Amino acid sequence: MVNDVLAVNIENLGFHYPGNDGVTFSGLNLKVKKGQRFGLFGPNGAGKTTLLSIMTGLISPLKGKVELLGHNVAKHNNEVNHLFGFVPQDFSFYQELSPVENLAFFGAWAGLNRHEIKTKTDELLHILGLDSVRNKQVDKFSGGMKRRVNLAIGVIHNPQILILDEPTVGVDVQTRHAIISYLHELNKNGTTLIYTSHQLSEAEGLCEEVALIDSGEIIAQNHLEALLIEHKKESLEGLFLELTGKEYRNDV
Amino acid sequence: MYKLWATLVKDFRVLWRDGVGLALMFVMPITLVVVITDIQNSTFQLINKNKLPILLVNRDTGASGRQLVEAINKIGMFAVLQLPQNQDEKTISDSLRKKDALMSVVIPADFTRKVVAKSKNTAGKALTSFGLQADSAAQKDLGEIDPLTLYYNPVLQESLRLSVKGALQSALQLVESRQTLRTLYFDINEKPLPADLEGQMLNNKARINDMPVSIGGSMKPPNAAQHNVPAWTIFAMFFIIMSLGGSVVREKVSGSFIRLKTLPTSYLVGMLSKQITYIIVTFIQAAVIFSLGIWLFPHINLPGLELPHDLFGLFIVTLLTGWCAVSFAICVGVFSETHQQNNGFGAIAIVILAAIGGLMVPTFSMDTSLKAIANFSPMHWCLEAYYGLFLQNGKLGDVVSYLVPLVLITLAFQLLALWGLRRKNLI
Repeated sequence: MVNDVLAVNIENLGFHYPGNDGVTFSGLNLKVKKGQRFGLFGPNGAGKTTLLSIMTGLISPLKGKVELLGHNVAKHNNEVNHLFGFVPQDFSFYQELSPVENLAFFGAWAGLNRHEIKTKTDELLHILGLDSVRNKQVDKFSGGMKRRVNLAIGVIHNPQILILDEPTVGVDVQTRHAIISYLHELNKNGTTLIYTSHQLSEAEGLCEEVALIDSGEIIAQNHLEALLIEHKKESLEGLFLELTGKEYRNDV
Repeated sequence: MYKLWATLVKDFRVLWRDGVGLALMFVMPITLVVVITDIQNSTFQLINKNKLPILLVNRDTGASGRQLVEAINKIGMFAVLQLPQNQDEKTISDSLRKKDALMSVVIPADFTRKVVAKSKNTAGKALTSFGLQADSAAQKDLGEIDPLTLYYNPVLQESLRLSVKGALQSALQLVESRQTLRTLYFDINEKPLPADLEGQMLNNKARINDMPVSIGGSMKPPNAAQHNVPAWTIFAMFFIIMSLGGSVVREKVSGSFIRLKTLPTSYLVGMLSKQITYIIVTFIQAAVIFSLGIWLFPHINLPGLELPHDLFGLFIVTLLTGWCAVSFAICVGVFSETHQQNNGFGAIAIVILAAIGGLMVPTFSMDTSLKAIANFSPMHWCLEAYYGLFLQNGKLGDVVSYLVPLVLITLAFQLLALWGLRRKNLI
């Protein structure tokens, strides 16, 4: 019964920025099943980040329905915010603080109590290899370490859906491997992953189902293997180039 | 409640690690308070204790010239350096340019002759009007006494120059009156005016008692510290815009706002925490600056600050001033897109608000239109409330009329910030 509930259900989404500047959605539909590892890919300016912002309630749609686990996001109540975790592309935390101090603050805002924050902080810092620097200011960290802090904050409240906007951009191989392994682990424990990236080879190893978006429209969506067979391609990158073209995309 | 506590802890940690912000909030305003108080105190002292150096050239060889020199010396506000009688004007100008003195007075060559002639003329007219025969009335009228020349360095403030001119005019009046009295007395009695009578007639002037008007009934004259410490404490409080406004901008730029918005807590908790944190900071600023005024100033030859009797009133005025400064900083932070915008606009806005609010020039000396504009500066109401307590020794009830507009301006800043947050989809 629970499995029948969609993690994400977007119907007839309509949206454009003021002055029609940027991407426009006109009747977009998207469904992501609970427990999936879902990848959303597209060239620059295709609408990935805007779609994630609408899913998380950061931007309100002009029309249509957006639901997370059956809850309407437009109402943006606390219940919806408890359901998902968001890992933005930017380092969205306080670089003057240590990982422990950041997790203490964001954990409290996520609704955890002092004990829960302590337990979860110890667990996350251990898993993500940040134990030895737990009390050091983050602004001294490498890009890869900051990415791990960014991820830890996004999952501190054990969200049922984890939305990740390019979580591995600019990191070394070891950090990428650690992050992807951890995402697999989270998914095994029931967390639905909604993931965007330009690292298509990495995405092939992570995602079960993918959607390609371009100019505000979903141009393909299916299980990855089924899509590759359908388009007679051996890799996601080949499929991507076939469906979105090889021209430069300028996202201004 | 735990969310608010965690946010307060976060805000204090971030603030504690912002060395530049702390320096701007504490070191700079404290330096400003000490320097400005010292400067203003020196101006007070210039009139009362220190003496203004002045060059004096007496080209006259008679008694009136000597009397005038003596009268100028007796004024007490000048350190007179008398130059040779034939000192040329170029040398005088060079001395003023080199700032050996800022002013020079030149007594004209025939000063005595003309003073004597004028006094005989005046005495003669007086005797004639009394119906007496005037011996001195036959004195030929030599015309007006040539003016004294007052050279001054242009750096000298006009107000100071005018007070010097007034003092010189008094000395001049004394010399002329003395000569006229002597002539009159001699013409009537055919003997010189006795020195003791002359002293009684010329020196027994009525005294002027200057009494400060205070709500609390204190007659103690306020000093430079009472004027400056409250004024520049207000300025210091508003200087938190660099740190607080910058903190709001940093959260927006770094994307922390976005992450916070996806969490099940209202950003208003964050705003409340920032207000509490920085109101505490403004209290610490006030406590530090007042403490310096009380305990440090007397050790560096500055007049000590005396706290008002109504300490509860002082607490409330400080609280509302801090709240207004915090609201203004948040408002500017919400509407600024970058640190440069926040710091640039913030710094200039504070100086303008301070200027029109009467922190730099008293509002009573402004023209009517500027006085009307001053009402829109929150610093004006803060200053009036503080002065009501510090200078007039009033109580909280005496300054409520200043606090009402202050609270209204604060609420306007709060509403504007809320509107800005909503417009930018941040709450």
